[in-house]
Amino acid sequence: METLEQLVRQRIVVIDGAMGSLIQTFRLEERDFRGERFGAHPKDLKGNNDLLCLTRPDVIEEIHGRYFDAGADLVETNTFSSTAIAQADYDLSHVARELNLAAAKCARNAARAAEEKTPGRRCFVAGAIGPLNRTLSMSPDVNRPDYRAVTWQQVTDSYREQTLALLEGGVDALLVETIFDTLNAKAALFSIEEVFEQVGRRVPVMVSVTITDASGRTLSGQTLGAFYDSIRHAHPFSVGINCALGGKEMRPYMQELARIAECNVSCYPNAGLPNAFGGYDETPADMARILGDFAKNGWLNLVGGCCGSTPEHIAAIAQAVKGLAPRPDAERKSTMRLSGLESLHVETRAS
Amino acid sequence: MTVTSASQFLMIGERTNITGSPRFAKALKAGDWNECLAIARQQVESGANIIDINVDEALIDGEATMVKFLNLIAAEPDICKVPVMLDSSKWSVLEAGLCCVQGKAIVNSISLKDGEAELLRRAKLIRRYGAAAVVMAFDEQGQAASRDDKVRICTRAYNLLTSNGFPAEDIIFDPNILTVATGIEEHNNYAVDFFEATRLIKQTLPHAKVSGGVSNVSFSFRGNNPVREAIHSAFLFHGVKAGMDMGIVNAGMLGVYEEIAPELLERVEDVLLNRRPDATDRLVSYADALKAKSGPPGTRQESKEDLAWRSGTVAQRLSHALVKGIDQFVEADTEEARLQFKRPLDIIEGPLMDGMRVVGDLFGAGKMFLPQVVKSARVMKRAVAWLTPFMEEEKKKAAAAGANTRPQGKVLLATVKGDVHDIGKNIVGVVLACNNYEVIDLGVMVSCDKILATAREKQVDVVGLSGLITPSLDEMVNVARELTREGFDVPLLIGGATTSHPHTSVKIAPQYAPGVVHVLDASRVVNVVSALLSPEQKPAFLLEVTKKQQGARADFEARRVERKLLTLEQARANRQSYDWASIDIPRPEFVGTRAYSDVPLADLVPFIDWGPFFNAWELYGAFPKILDDEKVGTEAKKLYADAQALLARIVSEKRFRANGVLAFWPCNSDGDDVVLWADESRSKELGRFHMLRQQAEKPAGQFNLSLADFVAPVSSGRLDWCGGFAVTAGLGVEELAQQLRNAHDDYSAIMAQALGDRLAEAFAEWAHLQARRACGFGRKEDLTNAQLIKEEYRGIRPAPGYPACPEHTEKGTLFSLLDAAKVSGITLTESFAMNPASSVSGFYLNHPDAKYFGLGKIGRDQAEDYAKRKGWSLETALKWLSPNLDEPATAPSGQAAERPAA
Repeated sequence: METLEQLVRQRIVVIDGAMGSLIQTFRLEERDFRGERFGAHPKDLKGNNDLLCLTRPDVIEEIHGRYFDAGADLVETNTFSSTAIAQADYDLSHVARELNLAAAKCARNAARAAEEKTPGRRCFVAGAIGPLNRTLSMSPDVNRPDYRAVTWQQVTDSYREQTLALLEGGVDALLVETIFDTLNAKAALFSIEEVFEQVGRRVPVMVSVTITDASGRTLSGQTLGAFYDSIRHAHPFSVGINCALGGKEMRPYMQELARIAECNVSCYPNAGLPNAFGGYDETPADMARILGDFAKNGWLNLVGGCCGSTPEHIAAIAQAVKGLAPRPDAERKSTMRLSGLESLHVETRAS
Repeated sequence: MTVTSASQFLMIGERTNITGSPRFAKALKAGDWNECLAIARQQVESGANIIDINVDEALIDGEATMVKFLNLIAAEPDICKVPVMLDSSKWSVLEAGLCCVQGKAIVNSISLKDGEAELLRRAKLIRRYGAAAVVMAFDEQGQAASRDDKVRICTRAYNLLTSNGFPAEDIIFDPNILTVATGIEEHNNYAVDFFEATRLIKQTLPHAKVSGGVSNVSFSFRGNNPVREAIHSAFLFHGVKAGMDMGIVNAGMLGVYEEIAPELLERVEDVLLNRRPDATDRLVSYADALKAKSGPPGTRQESKEDLAWRSGTVAQRLSHALVKGIDQFVEADTEEARLQFKRPLDIIEGPLMDGMRVVGDLFGAGKMFLPQVVKSARVMKRAVAWLTPFMEEEKKKAAAAGANTRPQGKVLLATVKGDVHDIGKNIVGVVLACNNYEVIDLGVMVSCDKILATAREKQVDVVGLSGLITPSLDEMVNVARELTREGFDVPLLIGGATTSHPHTSVKIAPQYAPGVVHVLDASRVVNVVSALLSPEQKPAFLLEVTKKQQGARADFEARRVERKLLTLEQARANRQSYDWASIDIPRPEFVGTRAYSDVPLADLVPFIDWGPFFNAWELYGAFPKILDDEKVGTEAKKLYADAQALLARIVSEKRFRANGVLAFWPCNSDGDDVVLWADESRSKELGRFHMLRQQAEKPAGQFNLSLADFVAPVSSGRLDWCGGFAVTAGLGVEELAQQLRNAHDDYSAIMAQALGDRLAEAFAEWAHLQARRACGFGRKEDLTNAQLIKEEYRGIRPAPGYPACPEHTEKGTLFSLLDAAKVSGITLTESFAMNPASSVSGFYLNHPDAKYFGLGKIGRDQAEDYAKRKGWSLETALKWLSPNLDEPATAPSGQAAERPAA
């Protein structure tokens, strides 16, 4: 059977679009989120989208299915916040493992259904690993810059539990995404390596950073190049940019990333910048035009959408990149790449 | 993207190493974290590429201290921009550090000291954490001293590590820099052993690096810094030659090899290279003598270096001055050149243009920034001004012979009728002039007739229009239409803050076939103009522009169709309504107007929001972070320093005058109008502000807003209060700018205008504070300037012409109620732009929920309603509301858009 590694060499792989925007269209109520199981839970659960994998798996499976129908090759599990740390806000840390197992199941079911619909088609599932709501390299308290709301140990415990459950649930890849603090991402990559060693097998690891604004930096202050240097040790299957910006705003960073990355390159932007009402204005045609241009420039191996994108957007994007050559395989160089907030590349000096 | 790519030697700062820096040790033990951070910052500023952090001390909790210091550094961008080297002899301290750094750090160190298994275990963890490693030439038997032992141990470690997946490029060997000149004979060859081992390691172990702690070599000369520095410099010179990649050094205290006194150098090298048996004795006696006669080590001769360029030829000096923007010597140099060169023009076309070409190339490549370019232009202008009388002389003579010298092309620039904003246009003019275009700048508020007449009379090659306020967009459409009517065929450029590619495409380009190009900022203008004036490039360039404009028109149309507007009636039904009985309505302490004349500028300075100042110079980023930006930080700093200097001058010499007026009126809303009452009896209407209402379809729970909703309606039975203001800091700005321009200093002229704008905005912030205090609630505020800029206070001050109330003529009503022209000296143009440009006006709304919003598109039904309310004809209403009206794009006449070239 064809693997993701094989597919990505043949053509540009299409990733799915937003989950949250589609969930909204189902107009779910508090009782949908609670289901029977959490009927008496003391906290409000509406808005805990990841919980729907347990309480309304039909909705999640349907959304995955719509993305596969739209032409996505790869969907992300609905596990952006399925960690003990992120679920602590809902007092649901104890169900983190179950959430990941259930989410993998929803995505796998949808993938199987799509594969059955079109014989010969391969549909992939990536386990989504979100950035957490607490960060390791920034203090939430301006008066105590050395304070951290969470420890390395807590973060790696949390990510280990998630990774293990996703792998058990049968995901084809892991996607560490929406990275705004590189240290959290490094902790995730660290945990993933530990789990790989524990279970004795590996899957491709995708990494996707969020450039927050026109400064071209992550929220934790790194330049894109410095970010790449900081995660390169993990030998990612792909590195890319998602969220915060629309494709238009991402253009210079995608160009830069395509130049420096020594692995596959991905891009799944928002459907433009949020408008005054928190919505997104780029039409499927807008996004397809922008991402099609990236593909024509040879910058992409994987492409999809983030906030505000819908199956219609993904269908248009898939159409736009169809037949365009993926970015060629890049050679890994032997330059020493160090980084703080900025890059420091050390060429070997001849004697 | 700035990457420090080091093919040069890397300096690892050692001052945050407790074992090598008494100052750091003292601060750390005393828990003086600010001092610790200051030491770290100082190293980076002195040029350290990496900082070494070592807190190994018996009385210090290594893990906790390492974590705390790294976390503190993480909050200091000017320190943590560089990578860190985590330095400890305890593995637990290194691992605690690895859990705190987001970048890729270096671990210092691991070795074979505890055997192969332990080396591999740590190496695997280091790789998993994502760091590089220093590997010491140390094994189970101990530290390697001889060349052969060093190479043998490093080779063994290299093979072990790389065969277990550790990347060779992440290995840095430290083959041990040991102390020489100790008096013990076996030590004499230590430096040579290090150099030779380094050479062999670099030749035989691919991609591995070599580092070392340099200070150790001179340990015998403690207390004699001049000698130690000389030893370090000479050691590095030979180490680097052998292939050493980096070293732990005191970044601020490294001498230059070539500058070591020859006698000292010879003795130092005798020691380091082990050249004679008595080398140590000779250096020791020389060092003692040196110490006896010299005080503390002197500072380096910076001032001498700064002026080194003055020793070049006059042509070199002129080019240097241009590229660096130094105008100090330009007249003397130009005169010197004039005496040497055959013709004055040769100087312009030779060294001056050579310099400007370098500037242009660097600017185009993003390696120079606008403030530098404008400074270079200032030097050029001064040089040209010096030469002009001589060229006039020559021209007179040449005229007899019938010669003709023509610049590259003539560009007419104008800020259109009704608009007084010209900072951007002036910048464009300077950039074009630098590139040898003749610029005819007609200034501000230029009528269409004058633009056309001048274009014809001077036979210009390009016409450029600028404007900042929205009515200027219509005037640009008008100029385009007139150019067509009069049969012009020169390209039209459009620029300025409210202009955009979509607007140009949809509204202006269809009116003028020979080509309309929107120029986003000054950095693009030279490329655009040169393409338009080149017969070869022009057709393809215009075709490209036309295609993009067609795309923009199609997008616009597509969006328009998708966009759904509510009827005005539906929008009004979805208004935001309040329980007026419970809303706090403060009564201001005065009613009617209160004038402020000649407000001391110094009072306004603390209220300045510097962010937009940098934007005006096309440097983008948040203030004050922009000052440390990796790309533009250096220039931003210089610009900021220049601005501070000019601002100080403006304040102390009272060059600008700040006048303003505020007012409060009793009022109520009446539909979408705000009715102002003559007094609290509400018997007589003083005037009305006509507000507009959003008509875009809203998601559930969101409202179709109008500013009128923030005012208590007549039907509520309650009396409300609103205010208005007009302030200026612009009286005197144009005079100062003109004076500076006359002195060929456009840089400072543009700066003066930009500062006028900043002071006006600061005045508005200051005035709003007075207004809030007058209403009571402002007295409870305790806000920093940053909070003021972020508007973290109750109440808003929307300005007619801006998104919430975009229709400009309301400014007329406001001004007559304020009697602003008389009281503050601000007048309105026919497009309702304020003159002087550095002025701000608006309404004060105090409702606790009042917020800024954008009106967005409105329908024709609202235009009809607005016409009725204003007592206007529908035609007038459509004209003033056109930027917000939802109407189809102007269909391009076939000839207008499809034909690529004139």
